[in-house]
Amino acid sequence: MSEINVLIVDDEEELVSTLAERLSLRDIRAQTATDGEVALKMIEKEPPDVVLLDVMMPGLGGLEIMKRINAMDLNIPVILLTGYGSTEQSNEGMNLGAYDYVLKPCDFGGLVAKIHEAVQSKQK
Amino acid sequence: MKTKKFGDFVTKYILRLPEEGTSPERYRALRRNIIILMILVTVIPLSLMATINYYQYQKNLRNEIITPLNVLTNKTKRSFELFLEERLSTVRFITSAYSFEELSDQRVMNRILAVLKKEFEGFIDLALIDNTGNMISYAGPYSFAEKDYSNQSWFQECLIKGAHISDVFLGYRKFPHISISAHNLSEDGPIWIFRATIDTKKFDQIISMMELDPESDAFLINSRGVLQTNSKFYGKILEPCLLPVPLGGHGTYVSEIEDIHGNEIFAAYSYFFEPDYTLVLVKPSSLILKTWFTFRTEIFFIYLASVLLIGLLVYKLTNVQVNHIKEADEKRELAFRELEHSQKLSSIGRLAAGVAHEINNPLSIISQKAGLMVDLINGGSDFSQKSKFMELTDSILKSVDRCSAITHRLLGFARRMEVEYEDLDLNEIVHEVIGFLEKEALHRNIKVELNLAENLPQIPSDRGQLQQVFLNILANAFAAVDDGGLISVKTWCDVDSKTVCISIQDFGRGMTEEELGHIFEPFFTTKKGYGTGLGLPITYGIIKKMGGKIKVERKKGEGSTFIIYLPKNTQKIME
Repeated sequence: MSEINVLIVDDEEELVSTLAERLSLRDIRAQTATDGEVALKMIEKEPPDVVLLDVMMPGLGGLEIMKRINAMDLNIPVILLTGYGSTEQSNEGMNLGAYDYVLKPCDFGGLVAKIHEAVQSKQK
Repeated sequence: MKTKKFGDFVTKYILRLPEEGTSPERYRALRRNIIILMILVTVIPLSLMATINYYQYQKNLRNEIITPLNVLTNKTKRSFELFLEERLSTVRFITSAYSFEELSDQRVMNRILAVLKKEFEGFIDLALIDNTGNMISYAGPYSFAEKDYSNQSWFQECLIKGAHISDVFLGYRKFPHISISAHNLSEDGPIWIFRATIDTKKFDQIISMMELDPESDAFLINSRGVLQTNSKFYGKILEPCLLPVPLGGHGTYVSEIEDIHGNEIFAAYSYFFEPDYTLVLVKPSSLILKTWFTFRTEIFFIYLASVLLIGLLVYKLTNVQVNHIKEADEKRELAFRELEHSQKLSSIGRLAAGVAHEINNPLSIISQKAGLMVDLINGGSDFSQKSKFMELTDSILKSVDRCSAITHRLLGFARRMEVEYEDLDLNEIVHEVIGFLEKEALHRNIKVELNLAENLPQIPSDRGQLQQVFLNILANAFAAVDDGGLISVKTWCDVDSKTVCISIQDFGRGMTEEELGHIFEPFFTTKKGYGTGLGLPITYGIIKKMGGKIKVERKKGEGSTFIIYLPKNTQKIME
């Protein structure tokens, strides 16, 4: 199994860096972006296997980013991170084709498992 | 605007009410003032109308009474006058038609008397008197030989005026009569007087033609107030009249007076021109005013009945109205309180959602940082305080979990999840929820007594929300009872079959009055340390949304009972 590439998009720098470090300890290579536009450029340049995407972000919001990713037609599974629980936004994200959503603060083990599941679903 | 101002004016100055509040005094004052006001505005015009009617009718009736009295009296006077004028004309005719010499002849006199008696009523005797007052000849039933009248006033008057009609007198004849005399009109020769006496039976006849009822009276008096005919009540003929009659008037008029017997009477007076008589007609007021008294009694009773009816109606209507107002006020007050409560809930909800979201981000950072610490400790080599560090990070993570549990509940409270309807059996949901708590019940030896109605109608509702409602209340009940305690759950269908009810009773410590007043307020909790204070507000919100009601009963020493009433048509209300 080749190394998994994950892009973490969240406006909280502290959170993305910590998550990236923890994922790397589990052999998952994680790139980070704290801004929607930057993230989209990174995806375009080097499409990751999975995107972890915060729903509520200043500037370009999570759902807008999702739509742009969909438009790229790259078949990248997106796992939404939400601080609101099962709100309309996360429901809308699911309708837009998100792979799943995770409530903040998230259980790290569960998140890792979901990343693996997403990668596997993509390979199928 | 004007209407409102008028309304305020009425409230403040006419009804004299405090402007706000639902105190019993306010409604008592309102009831009292409306009754007074309504009675005033109805009874005043009614009284005014009754009074006007009373006086108008009295005036009309008076006219109706006076006019016929006037007419009758006047007519009767005319009859008297006609009678007397006729007799006077006859006497005058004789003085013109016959000479002194002819009348001096006894035979002529006898013949004239015979003719007069035959043609006219009442002639008794005739006499011829010369200018010195000596009677020259006489025809009649008595014998007056050479009688001298020169000193008598009628004789003098007749000489001066040419004719004279006397008052009624008895004279030598001993029965009431009058004399009519006239002197001759020839220019040559001495003056002489022809006199006839006439009995007054005809007077009585004329009066009887008035056809008076037994209580009424009519009579003639002369200018000195002496009766010229018999009166029923005021004396005999030739006696002074006992009724004070204003003498020397003209025409005919009616007055209302009290007679010597103390009776209220209507008296009509009609004055003769010649002779100086007055015809008096007396009718007792009571007889004439009989219709008036009847009318007065009727109007009084109608008025009284109307006032009573108005009073009763006003009282009843005002009661109904004031009760309506009171109910409406109470409903408004209740609605206002509920609105206030739900607004409080929703603003707190929005606040809670914002706070929860903002806290979730730093919580995530804490959680991940602590997680990374664990990762690093586990991945690195042993060091002296490793286990201590592991304990610390573990404690941090547990605290994060506690915080996130709270933020998620806050979000749940704010969110009011999307609902899905299905026909639900309340009993089934009770069983499910009790299933969640089974372990705790077993562990703490708590007995849950179920008393569930069979054939409970299903209600369309959201399973998750109903579960949450029952779970919240049951969890509170579990918290309220000591180990080994008892909780009783009962379901039933209300008598009208439109409401399904469930009661959850704990036999725990019970609530204080103060706690009872606050249990549905967000963040109020009695479970120090581990309650969020959101369970019952959420429950309240859900039940309200379903169109139901929740009630809490508290008995000292018997714990608390939560009763939930859910309408069978929940879905319709929610939609």
